[in-house]
Amino acid sequence: MTTYVLRRLVLMVPVAFLVTVGVFMLIHLTPGDPALIILGEDRSPQAIAQIHQELGLDKPLYVQYVIWIDNVVHGDWGRSITTHEPVAGAITERLPATIELGVVALIWSLLVAIPLGTVAAVRRGSVVDKLATGIAVAGVSVPNFFIGIVLIFVLSVSARLFPFGGYVPFFQDPWESLRHVALPAIALGTAGTAINMRFTRSSMIEVLGLDYIRTARAKGASWRRVVFIHALKNALIPVVTIVGLQIGGIIEGAVVTETVFTWPGVGRLAVESIFNRDYTVVQGVVLLAAFSYMVANLVVDLVYGWLDPRISYA
Amino acid sequence: MSNAPAIVAAEGPIRRRPVALLELARKNRGVLVGLALVAVLFLVALLAPVISPHDPIATEPDNAYLPPLSPGHALGTDELGRDQISRILWGARISLPVAFVAVAVGLVAGGLIGLVSGYAGGLTDLLLMRVIDALLAFPALILAIALVAALGPSLRNAMIAIGIVAIPAYARLVRAVVLQLKPMEFVVATRSLGATPVRIVLRHLIPNLMNPVLVQVSLSAGFAILAEAVLSFLGLGAQPPTPDWGQMITTGRTFLPNDPWLAIIPGVAISITVYSFNLLGDSLRDALDPRLRR
Repeated sequence: MTTYVLRRLVLMVPVAFLVTVGVFMLIHLTPGDPALIILGEDRSPQAIAQIHQELGLDKPLYVQYVIWIDNVVHGDWGRSITTHEPVAGAITERLPATIELGVVALIWSLLVAIPLGTVAAVRRGSVVDKLATGIAVAGVSVPNFFIGIVLIFVLSVSARLFPFGGYVPFFQDPWESLRHVALPAIALGTAGTAINMRFTRSSMIEVLGLDYIRTARAKGASWRRVVFIHALKNALIPVVTIVGLQIGGIIEGAVVTETVFTWPGVGRLAVESIFNRDYTVVQGVVLLAAFSYMVANLVVDLVYGWLDPRISYA
Repeated sequence: MSNAPAIVAAEGPIRRRPVALLELARKNRGVLVGLALVAVLFLVALLAPVISPHDPIATEPDNAYLPPLSPGHALGTDELGRDQISRILWGARISLPVAFVAVAVGLVAGGLIGLVSGYAGGLTDLLLMRVIDALLAFPALILAIALVAALGPSLRNAMIAIGIVAIPAYARLVRAVVLQLKPMEFVVATRSLGATPVRIVLRHLIPNLMNPVLVQVSLSAGFAILAEAVLSFLGLGAQPPTPDWGQMITTGRTFLPNDPWLAIIPGVAISITVYSFNLLGDSLRDALDPRLRR
């Protein structure tokens, strides 16, 4: 196991290097000179040269990369081109809203997906199974921004059950916070619900066909006990993998959902920054998104072996 | 997104005839329905100029905000009095070509990387796969958004970005199948008869790759349409007044309280289109994968 962890970490090094090069190049692929965005009207050659020097843009590309990566590792993610605020600070400020949205969306998706997937597997071909399969296909076909808009229209504008927009930090007022996060979380969680349910269903079907389930039944355990105590625990192992990846991908889903619900998180920060041509902030968000995804992948692989001891890492 | 590689083990040597899609459609209802829906979508895109009742960008301020089922405007009109059904029909001419180009970029670049990587092995494989790993380290949509942010918002750049995002899935899929095929007797025999690597790849490997690639093409077309809608919704894809579904939702959502159909109709159009490609991909995978065959 230790060898496997070490090998995974070593393999991650070149990938992490390439990812940082990609994110670094993002700013250099961009047409136009960042100095011109910063300067606005005053575009004298001296001013441009001075900005280039301040940003280190006059140095060779590889030197710029080394300086950039050194700063990134030390927590200095640069400064926003438009607000001059530190990028790391701007991201950390917005992160709690995104995390709250992501966590509630995940809980919602699991609360729906696991029971529905289990019932669909136990009663294959039933109405519940057909409903579950329908939701599974629709969930990955309907864009989540569209689900968001429909939810706003039905539950907020028409029925006035939920407020539209606005974020209340959880620890400030938990009840109001949940009321505000409900709609964006449902919109964000829908695709996850569909995928998690599909995984629960197929994994449950597989587990229910195994010998130990028949043995448990033969020993007189009730069907309910067999399903919920014996089968579900093992059936959820593959679901853990996919949930881990969903945690790593929170920022990805948040980009769209936060835009629809004007939610003040990292995703919306990224979109606003693109329009303001604030590439240092975009760079920061992309870097964070890529690294959280990579770490989630690694953790999932390791946890998988721990949950299922049959998996060997030899 | 549901574009998990579906690796279909080659059962025997070279299959020279193309995948008999119609035969599959006869046997599998999902394939039939998926194929029919996709065919209808292509027909709509092709015939939009003929079947659209109005010009999709012609404005008629006097006829703005007409609800669906209004005389002469079956799906109503938008805030500028443009006919909704015409815009929806023309929207297919944006979504489907985007999917086509994006899939082509992913398929050609990813397929080539996969072929070279799988066939050459060794250091080439190691290096190419690390590049693919790096691409996979980015969440798909974040990568597309980052690329469009760098290249500048436009429909063309959105297509390129979505295509680049699709590369890893094809590269991994093709590599996996090539690795599976390479030690097979018919490949070894062909090689020992003196066939050049190019001939082996073109005549013997590619024909056997068709089934799994076909599944992936269908699933990634669904993803491409969804991604294009997202990019256009965020303002990073098609720009006004292009009749684009994602962009129509962006504009439509500002009129949600009084005229909800302006956002809902294009949303339904996207959902049906993506569903059609996903259904076709899923059903093809079920029909072609020998492990799932009953």
